[in-house]
Amino acid sequence: MIFEVSTPGLLTTVQDLGRWGYQGKGMPVAGAMDPQALKIGNILVGNDPQEAALEITVMGPTLTVAEGEGLIALTGAEIEFTINEIEAPLWQSIKVTAGDVISVTSPKEKGCRSYLCISGGIDVPLIMGSKSTYLRANVGGLEGRALKAGDEISTGPLKPLTWLAADFICPEYLRPERGPDLPLRVVLGPQDDAFTEKGIKTFLESEYKITNEADRMGYRLEGETIEHKSGADIISDAIPLGAVQVPGHGRPICMLADRQTTGGYTKIAVLCTPDIATLAQRIPGQSVSFKAISLEESIAATRAEREQIKELLKLRASYRSRRVFPKKEPKDKGIYHWMLKIDGKTYDVTVEELE
Amino acid sequence: MAEYLEPKILYAGDSAVIVEFGDSIDMKTNAKVQQLRRYIECAQLGGIVEMVPTYRSLAVYFDPVEVEDVGPFFERLKILAQKTKGEISEGGLTIVIPVCYGGEFGPDMGNVVSHTGLTEEEIIRRHTAPDYYCYMLGFTPGFSYLGGMDETLATPRLKEPRKVIPAGSVGIAGKQTGIYPIESPGGWQLIGRTPLRLFDPEGEPPFLIDAGMWVRFQSIAKEEYDEIAAKVAAREYKPEIFPKSGEAE
Repeated sequence: MIFEVSTPGLLTTVQDLGRWGYQGKGMPVAGAMDPQALKIGNILVGNDPQEAALEITVMGPTLTVAEGEGLIALTGAEIEFTINEIEAPLWQSIKVTAGDVISVTSPKEKGCRSYLCISGGIDVPLIMGSKSTYLRANVGGLEGRALKAGDEISTGPLKPLTWLAADFICPEYLRPERGPDLPLRVVLGPQDDAFTEKGIKTFLESEYKITNEADRMGYRLEGETIEHKSGADIISDAIPLGAVQVPGHGRPICMLADRQTTGGYTKIAVLCTPDIATLAQRIPGQSVSFKAISLEESIAATRAEREQIKELLKLRASYRSRRVFPKKEPKDKGIYHWMLKIDGKTYDVTVEELE
Repeated sequence: MAEYLEPKILYAGDSAVIVEFGDSIDMKTNAKVQQLRRYIECAQLGGIVEMVPTYRSLAVYFDPVEVEDVGPFFERLKILAQKTKGEISEGGLTIVIPVCYGGEFGPDMGNVVSHTGLTEEEIIRRHTAPDYYCYMLGFTPGFSYLGGMDETLATPRLKEPRKVIPAGSVGIAGKQTGIYPIESPGGWQLIGRTPLRLFDPEGEPPFLIDAGMWVRFQSIAKEEYDEIAAKVAAREYKPEIFPKSGEAE
């Protein structure tokens, strides 16, 4: 398929699971801010879970299918999503063909990042093993930049059995829970011993607000000052994904996908992997609180999320191998039922042929 | 401030762990970091995603699904860390970085001359004299933290940082020297430029310098700069790299 970009949205980039393997050379990983949502979307459209898709931030793009046909699915934040101006469901694969206009507009209440996954994936070159866009060095994705109006996006070859995944829905229980009020679980360390007992208590017991300085690189939070024992500066070392840095001013910064690989500030804790995406789905002004868990608990939560992907892959396999029976003729000829949705209200409509 | 008696295993979330050897910047501690990285590569422990060596610690990124039990995994890392001795020369490579000093490529050479009281020739001589040790990479893709600059060259950063510094620029900031691998803003005193691409995302390999390597600057004339730049653009240039211990000179 080929898509034409009419409006690019606020910040729409090509992302896969990131450019791992080069952090030792100073290369940031980038990749989807909510990898679970990306994986689910890819599974829905018949792709491998790690395929690249369009990451949409707050305000989405309008795209027209210029050529071909295929499946699309939108996952992640709850956002207005229409195809040919008709509201379309999230977390479900939908068939589109040439001429269809896909529009992702403004967010509802939950989340700020969505993934538009497309069967065949996004056809951009693999740079250092990844299609992810890293904007600061103009690497990957579409010429290393965000989408702009007039761009053409091509998809790659379809995986076998793609069409059998049409209309496949991700059941509710497998959709990630990214509630805006959930406390974020953390494992303390690597520099938790650089903080006073009072500092750790402040970190775990107060509520922080996300400032306007929140992007793919990291989220700066404001709130109670976290007390260090002596200083906030350390000899530069690696910054893991989800690390919570506390510089001299005492307010935490959560380091996300586009973070620099190394830095010289104390890191009080690291977010539990699934909760990194929970944070990434929040917007400036929303609250954040932290809850310490053990390393074992954090690993268990990460594994549980991975199990859900396995489960969805199994469901897809059984969905694809379902037996499709020929459509039954309606019992009462001349009576048709519709569910109609007008202005957000649902109507049950019955039409009966009288003669 | 020194090397720890025992290497520390520091928790860094559910997908990374830090092995820390000390709390100082010195070559012996860093050599242990590089050694541990090689030991782990040879040991072929399953589930490791990648490793990030820094001044005094090694970050090991792992997949918490593939690593079945982190307890024994961390224990294994600790045992390997205890085996490191911190020998510096072992396995070291030197890379030659040709640099055209002064003129249009070194707009701040004048500042360094007036701050150090040395002539331009002397600055170039002292800057090309040592082999610099690359402790780690970070800050931007391919930026190497080099140790070993002649302290008589130390010059404070520019008061007004530049908005754009071209890729390949070689500069001095305080007691540090370094090369900008990509175009970026910055406040270093620029004394020259290399025609080499330290970071080329489509290159094989994408990065020229690795942590634990030695870097030697070589002064070249503008004509040579242009020649090398043309070869680099055509991807025909092979940088000069040789073992540190077995060098012919």
